[in-house]
Amino acid sequence: MATTYRTCPASGLQFEAHAEKLMKWNAVAAVLWLLVGGITAIGVIMTRWPAFKLLPPDQFYQILTAHGVDMLLCWIIFFEMAVLYFASSVLLRCRLATPKWGWVQFWLMVVGSVMTNVAIFQGESSVMFTSYVPMQAAPHFYLGLILFAVGALIGCGVFFGTLVVAKKDKTYTGSIPMVTFGALTAAIIAVFTILTGAGILLPTFLWSIGLIKEVDPQLYRMVWWGLGHSSQQINVAAHVSIWYLIPAIVIGAKPLSEKVSRGAFLMYILFLQLASAHHLLSDPGMSAEWKVLNTSYFMYFAVMASMIHGFTVPGAIEAAQRRRGFTNGLFEWLRKAPWGNPAFSGMFISLVSFGFLGGISGVVLGTEQINMLMHNTFYVPGHFHTTVVTGTTLAFMAVTYLLVPTLFKREMIHPKLCQIQPYLFGIAMSITGLVMMGAGTLGVSRRHWDMAFSGAPFQYEWPGAAMLMMGMTGFFGMVTIVGGALWIYLVVGSLLWGKKLDGGAVSDKPTPIPAATPAASASHHGSDHVGVPGTVVLVMALLISFVLYYFVNWKYLSEVWLLS
Amino acid sequence: MSAILPPSERLWWKEPIAKTEWLWIAIAFVWGMIMFVMMIYWHIYGKQNLSNEAYKTTPEAFAAKAEQFIAENTVRVETGLEGSEIPVVKVPNGGDGYLIARLWNWYPILELEKGQEYKIHLSSMDYNHGFSLQPVNINIQVIPGYEHVVKMTPTSSGTFAIVCNEFCGIGHHSMLGRIYVK
Ligand code: HEM
Ligand SMILES: [Cu+2]
Ligand SMILES: [Cu+2]
Repeated sequence: MATTYRTCPASGLQFEAHAEKLMKWNAVAAVLWLLVGGITAIGVIMTRWPAFKLLPPDQFYQILTAHGVDMLLCWIIFFEMAVLYFASSVLLRCRLATPKWGWVQFWLMVVGSVMTNVAIFQGESSVMFTSYVPMQAAPHFYLGLILFAVGALIGCGVFFGTLVVAKKDKTYTGSIPMVTFGALTAAIIAVFTILTGAGILLPTFLWSIGLIKEVDPQLYRMVWWGLGHSSQQINVAAHVSIWYLIPAIVIGAKPLSEKVSRGAFLMYILFLQLASAHHLLSDPGMSAEWKVLNTSYFMYFAVMASMIHGFTVPGAIEAAQRRRGFTNGLFEWLRKAPWGNPAFSGMFISLVSFGFLGGISGVVLGTEQINMLMHNTFYVPGHFHTTVVTGTTLAFMAVTYLLVPTLFKREMIHPKLCQIQPYLFGIAMSITGLVMMGAGTLGVSRRHWDMAFSGAPFQYEWPGAAMLMMGMTGFFGMVTIVGGALWIYLVVGSLLWGKKLDGGAVSDKPTPIPAATPAASASHHGSDHVGVPGTVVLVMALLISFVLYYFVNWKYLSEVWLLS
Repeated sequence: MSAILPPSERLWWKEPIAKTEWLWIAIAFVWGMIMFVMMIYWHIYGKQNLSNEAYKTTPEAFAAKAEQFIAENTVRVETGLEGSEIPVVKVPNGGDGYLIARLWNWYPILELEKGQEYKIHLSSMDYNHGFSLQPVNINIQVIPGYEHVVKMTPTSSGTFAIVCNEFCGIGHHSMLGRIYVK
């Protein structure tokens, strides 16, 4: 298929016409789903805020199902498709393989996501995005998810194909860039994940139309979480790639060590598949050995990989800043970082919040015995709003500040508002996540409409502190929604009214990436090994918080009833 | 040269790794192993380990056993706020107690004694439910078709609530049970 290549004058990035169009459409679809998800978030948060309790129960559960599906699946995965095309076609400066299949990806995902949403809003499918059997949704709820997943699988195929095209057309020399490598990690995990998903959604769909008599509830949970958890690792791999991408573009950061960072991505592929276990720690029917081995032994290698990225990402920033001359003391590099650039600030808040809140809480929650303290409590959504929201979503928001000018050729409107948006959204959601975890630690349930238990045969009063935390969840949740709405306004506004930018020269041949000249790499060599003492201090702070919080929870556990 | 370009050193895997990086990798590894050993340690020396005793069952079979247990051990009947009659069943010391999870109640009320060990059998008649003992804060998934036998020893006395914390439909929020500990 004939195609053209445009070189963006500002960034130097090269966009192939088909890839460019697909990225735009996927990104726009993602933003629209974030909008829908954000509107549902208002209903969710205003109902869980005890002072308001906005919606009646049926609407609350319906809206909560939509919130989970539209945020976790639709917004995130559409955006990830754009990331995959970017990391392959743009970074490797080659044509997109089989653009027709790219469109199949896009339209299948559109049809699937709309179908599932129709099912939810028709009202017969308020089963939460986990849809644990034997609770049953309408058949098109499952069918939509299946189509969506098949679309995503095809997107991964186009990505792999594009890597092959680049190799064949020799548009680069040596190995693929780190960011592309991270995206490759995400795509490989995605293939595993989606196949697992097919393994459970297909039988469930057949069951919903009456062709299968029964799906075992425990088996469902086990296989479903092979999809549900591993897909979170796609997100992690994708947003870690963006953590490498943004500093590379903004301050010219390079990985401290290609070997270490790539090794860490490889560990994700090898060990993350087993993490499904940590959703079943408080289930019957699984042996202790199975739980311990799956959730920890192997998972801790994945945790180790994240801890490595947690060092190498800020380390790369520190090294780059020191090379630029910010060498005073431990933290001049950090103080003088481009905090006014929303791409950078968003990326950095994402890194810190994911590490300190999402990461630590996730490991603690995933510890076999400690899980009993938090399973199904509000702690769980608290944890994952500091992974998938302040981590993934904020990283995606941050990179969009770079994509709007270079991909959509529009200047961002209201630069001042752009500057504050990542702080508003990132900090508010971090606090929301924290108070959600606080409420969960005091026992408050997730997915629960009424903390007053109206209609129950008994009464139970939650501790005052729990009610307070729920009130704070409501308040800071609403602030977060303002931050999210601001981002949508800024992005959509820029696409509609932003100043048009020069798209740059168009050619019908790709310009390959110039090979690294020996001179260039030699000159780099001397400055390569700058020390990163500030990063060492940061990761030590992380480690100390981690260790303390981990053992505090064992202490909590030792105080509950005896169980054996 | 940068994270968005191919590595400038073609043989990047032969580049040395800086000392600080090695050190952090070693720390991360050791910490992972400590966390791993901690779970095993707790299985041996800890006093809060969730039982793995579970059997496949059916709602009918489980309900039959529970009804028999209730018939033999009921000590009195209480009236719930919405008017239902709920038996209070004393679980024999060191013995077996049955707790049914169903839309939308925990049945019956169990009566226990502090410091005694009990085998509490949990199962669901319909959907997934969540056994969430408050304010103790112990949370266990309850799944239809599986009978989970949890050994528990109350260490505090009083009136405890069982909140359902797995979404189980429109009446989920009203699914509140009770345990007395003397
Ligand atoms: C914009 C601000 C947001 C607010 C205020 C918010 C608030 C909440 C709250 C309070 C819950 C828990 C409800 C409950 O269990 O009773 C929840 C659930 C959830 N949220 Fe968000 N959220 C936001 C954004 C997001 C984003 C961006 C994502 C994903 C990328 C997300 C994914 C989820 C998921 C997957 C659930 C679980 C639904 C379930 O339990 O089935 N949320 N949200
Ligand atoms: Cu229930
Ligand atoms: Cu429930």
